[in-house]
Amino acid sequence: MELLVNAQVHEVDVEDEMPLLWVLRDILDMKGTKYSCGIAQCGACTVHIDGEPVRSCVLPVSAAVGKTITTIEGLAQDAMHPVQEAWIKHQVPQCGYCQSGQIMAAASLLQKIPQPTDADIDAAMSNICRCGTYARIRAAIHDLAGTAPEVAKA
Amino acid sequence: MSTSSNTPSNVSPKPTRRQFLLASAAIGGGFTLGFAVPAGKVRAAEAADPTRVNIWVEIATDDTVIIRYARSEMGQGSFTSAPQLVADELDANWDQVRIEYVDVNEHLRTDRAWGDMATVGSRTIRGSQEYLRTAGATARAMLVSAAAQQWGVPASEITVSNGIVAHAASGKQSGFGALAALAATQPVPESVTLKDPSQWTIIGQSVPRRDIPASVDGSQVYGIDVSLPGMVYAAIAQSPVFGGKVADFDAESARTKRGIIDVFTIDDDTALVVVADNWWRAKQALDAIEITWDEAGNGNVDDASLREFFRAGLDAADAAPLPNNAGNVEDALDGATQVIEAEYFTPYLSHSPMEPMGATVQIGADGTQVWTSTQSADAVAAEVAGALGIAPELVTVHRVQAGGGFGRRGGTGDYGKQAALVAQRLPMDTPVKLLWTREEDTQHGFYRPLAMYRLKAGLDANNNIVGWRTRIASGSLMAQRIGAPLPNGIDAMATEGFTRLPYRVANQDHAYMQRATHVPIGFWRTVGWSQTPFAREQFIDELAHAAGEDPLAFRLRHMAEDELSRKILEAAAAEAGWNNAPAAGVFRGIATTEPYGSFTAAVVELSVDASGGIKIHRIVQAIDSGHVVNPDNVVAQLQGATVWALSAAMWGEINIERGRVKQANFHDYRLLRIAEMPKVDVVLAPTGGFWGGVGEPGQAPLLPAFCNALFAATGKRLRELPLYHQGFRLV
Repeated sequence: MELLVNAQVHEVDVEDEMPLLWVLRDILDMKGTKYSCGIAQCGACTVHIDGEPVRSCVLPVSAAVGKTITTIEGLAQDAMHPVQEAWIKHQVPQCGYCQSGQIMAAASLLQKIPQPTDADIDAAMSNICRCGTYARIRAAIHDLAGTAPEVAKA
Repeated sequence: MSTSSNTPSNVSPKPTRRQFLLASAAIGGGFTLGFAVPAGKVRAAEAADPTRVNIWVEIATDDTVIIRYARSEMGQGSFTSAPQLVADELDANWDQVRIEYVDVNEHLRTDRAWGDMATVGSRTIRGSQEYLRTAGATARAMLVSAAAQQWGVPASEITVSNGIVAHAASGKQSGFGALAALAATQPVPESVTLKDPSQWTIIGQSVPRRDIPASVDGSQVYGIDVSLPGMVYAAIAQSPVFGGKVADFDAESARTKRGIIDVFTIDDDTALVVVADNWWRAKQALDAIEITWDEAGNGNVDDASLREFFRAGLDAADAAPLPNNAGNVEDALDGATQVIEAEYFTPYLSHSPMEPMGATVQIGADGTQVWTSTQSADAVAAEVAGALGIAPELVTVHRVQAGGGFGRRGGTGDYGKQAALVAQRLPMDTPVKLLWTREEDTQHGFYRPLAMYRLKAGLDANNNIVGWRTRIASGSLMAQRIGAPLPNGIDAMATEGFTRLPYRVANQDHAYMQRATHVPIGFWRTVGWSQTPFAREQFIDELAHAAGEDPLAFRLRHMAEDELSRKILEAAAAEAGWNNAPAAGVFRGIATTEPYGSFTAAVVELSVDASGGIKIHRIVQAIDSGHVVNPDNVVAQLQGATVWALSAAMWGEINIERGRVKQANFHDYRLLRIAEMPKVDVVLAPTGGFWGGVGEPGQAPLLPAFCNALFAATGKRLRELPLYHQGFRLV
């Protein structure tokens, strides 16, 4: 089947039900998208399918055929996506393992809601970070949006 | 299947040190310098390569300063902060500094010339600061000596600043690179004077972490990401009941599935492995195999039987007394005006780092290669060598970032050995990547020990604590994880926080009773300090309440001789505005601890609604780590500690049913998410003069401060975790 990943067409010969995550990682050798839970709980495997954040660990690859797949490797149009720049500015990552997924989720959120409230962030950013970088994720998103955290959460 | 290269296809091949030197030599010679302890080992490392002067610092002719980093990076930040120590004494230009890992194989061949590689116990900075700073200062002295020789001026007139060596009187100056070759020929000074902290220019600065850029564009390579030509993949099922074995399995249908290479048991039948051309295929096939397990007689152990066993430990007459016991507690309690007694319980917990366990091993004629996320690269070499029956020096452990460690990846583990045993079953030179599922990780951890605490204390008529008794029943990491004997029956980690109370109590009687079960235990971030303060710092609150006194005032009144404990408590209280009453319906709790050579205190401010919904308004954390190397990184570590403490408080438990772990994945082993993350204010209150840890201490006071605030709000003393069992939730 044919997959359109980061504006490139890839021909892959795999089972229809193989999750997109494993096609990306082990067939296409794109390791930026991470495996952590395998049951769509943690979001480490988040990619964009036609612009929407999707947890690729439970998405059969056949469901991604004919769609536009964007991974962390293809997020930036230039050298660095603004979300990635903000992540560096705020020194967000600790171990960094969940951050591909966090960044993909944040990029999608800001695309849809350029000035998200804390409630918007809470709803969209359900990815787990075991290191506990949440305070900086929130700060980085507010910085990108040019908004201040609300008093209640601030 | 064979490969011509050991370089992962997705890792830019880094030049080996020898290649680097050759490259340097081609453009005029390089300079390598460094120190470890003891000096004899350093000389052995130097002798391994006649062009090497020393081991921590290399200077290339283009002024690049390469600083070696021996420990692991798993998010704690010392890949950046440890080299800050070297660079500061070197007076290097930080922008010219490149950080590279120490070669594990060379380390082993030179009798561990780079000292301790284990990244545990919040000790990377405090355990290596002296030899790292000395390495920088020595390199600086040799550059000065080289400049003095080249310029014909006295060394005492030469200054070094920001990567420039200069002589003001003659106007001569030079970058490090032009002096490197000559510096390498200078005698190594017998001793150097380290800077006074007031002279530090890089230590104490929040320089950005060097590993972060790769973590935001997907290029960071973790153990799980290694990709090698001809690599095959292994999925593993370990005995659900700890200590059990594969009794029987039927893999006939699995073997015929697409991509399946082999199915076999490893490690004395403790696990079944499927090897395939793709990990997902291996896992699918493994899931379809019916396995019969021999439960080794542990299939009846459950939470209830464990509790009974641990509670009996609290009553044991032969519990080991701690060395700080003093006076006569029995008499003191007899004469007390009030006697307070309470029991506390903390459950097993899983580390659950985001990157699951796994390792890639390739056994070749020239040696064995290992790629894995670890906190102890040299221990992995020993583990793999042990599994294969070869010398550790024949094992090369490649350094990668760890997707979280938190104690799960420290010391000799399990997955490295398993990957080696799988590789041993495959044709020579076949790289195999073993990867655990999240479920395997949750159900086959080295768990934070279950522990029970019984505390009893008496107050006199003036509300002074006259006697304090502690009984601790818990697993022993020293005995059960390290395999070392227990001195006088005491496990140092299980008794942390009770071996030196910060409170003045004349009569003390503390004792520890080891409880060994079939459940594997390990070093969970903050270790004993993640659980003993839950008892100690709530109990002191109980005493304050019995005395009718403010919890802060009661603590301060009892800690007159503990200046740093008092200062950190006051720092947290001041930031939280403790002496100003909170808004109506808002309550506060406070706690203090002395973990890992640092002092930490916390104040939690919250309100609780009628249905048990907890709203945390603010958390204040204060730390005195003596010196601070990278302030922003310390803040990050303490922010992260909040997630650990609150996850453990609200939901954290590993339950044992029929000898096995009940929880499986993040849906039933809940961790805090961003919507539940409260506002955290971190106060850095360094008093100087010592080097304390920062990775783990933040968590220690949070749990009791949180529970003390809940008591203030609800009148309920919360002596058992997790709290969701008692109807609480975060809102």
